[in-house]
Amino acid sequence: MRVGVVVFPDSNSDVDALNALAVAGVEPVRLWHESPELQGVSAVILPGGFAYGDYLRAGVIARFSPVMRGVSAFAAEGGLVLGICNGFQVLAESRLVPGALLRNRSLRFACKLVDIKPERLDSPFTRAATGKLLHIPIAHGEGCYYADEATLDDLEANGQVLFRYVRADGAPALDPDEPANPNGSLRAIAGVCNAAGNVAGLMPHPERMSESILGSDDGMQLIRSLVISAAERDAAHGPAIVGGTR
Amino acid sequence: MSEFRYAVNVLPKPGILDPQGRAVELSLPHLNVTNVSRVRVGRRVELTVTADSEALALAVVDALAKEMLSNPLIETYAIALLEATSSAVSSGAAGAAGAAGPAGAAGATQS
Repeated sequence: MRVGVVVFPDSNSDVDALNALAVAGVEPVRLWHESPELQGVSAVILPGGFAYGDYLRAGVIARFSPVMRGVSAFAAEGGLVLGICNGFQVLAESRLVPGALLRNRSLRFACKLVDIKPERLDSPFTRAATGKLLHIPIAHGEGCYYADEATLDDLEANGQVLFRYVRADGAPALDPDEPANPNGSLRAIAGVCNAAGNVAGLMPHPERMSESILGSDDGMQLIRSLVISAAERDAAHGPAIVGGTR
Repeated sequence: MSEFRYAVNVLPKPGILDPQGRAVELSLPHLNVTNVSRVRVGRRVELTVTADSEALALAVVDALAKEMLSNPLIETYAIALLEATSSAVSSGAAGAAGAAGPAGAAGATQS
């Protein structure tokens, strides 16, 4: 099975994502931003970085790139798409997941290990998670999750909140100014998915915790979830859809 | 055809956290400035549209502002016409010289 990783100008976690996929036992495929062709991949990761220099707003220039035409078509057909960090920003700007990522409330670029907790273990992106806290790195200047109150209520009611920043005891870091909430995200939201459940984004970097030699393989719980879900979808729908040809 | 020069001013929506504005505000005491408040930091984009009329030009800018230059979830924008000039290229003959709209007029819209 092949899983794609989009490479934008100034992507910088693409290699980590490609490696994590290899660790998970699938064939990683680079998807260049200038082509809408997804080369028959079974799932797509939008990696971390600073696509197009994060000019204008993080993720917005990437939204209009040719590859995102392919990714949007793939997502519309139910294809699994995971956006990590800058990839989450791209998905939010593309309106493929709800909400927006604002500048960190702390006025700082946040680069450290945080604890997050999967809110549910039955999603395509968390099904292989243990349910315990994931100790996982973040590295972003614009990760403060924002949506209006009505949208936040909808997200919670629909089970679209996938991850929250939590304290060491596992309680959600709901106060946007507490240290366990590294960027001031509303309701401590670290990751969400779309209503259909096949497109998800999160600010933390699971692909950077993919092997014990890197300090932890906590992140593989999420990468494996994606791979298992993609394989299951392939089995149900036949060969991978060649997305983005239109 | 005429050329229309616009400015698109983008600001965080009222009520949306603006850490940049807050950072500026928090630094004001270092300048011994004590009577400035409610600082909001946004961005200004200037661009030129070539079109047959100001209405057509404005439609282009408005679509761009909504779709790309701002994120309507978190930002508002206002469009100001800076300058309008008729293009010499398309009008070899005289008579097409009347530039539409007074320079500096502000045809502002708010989203």
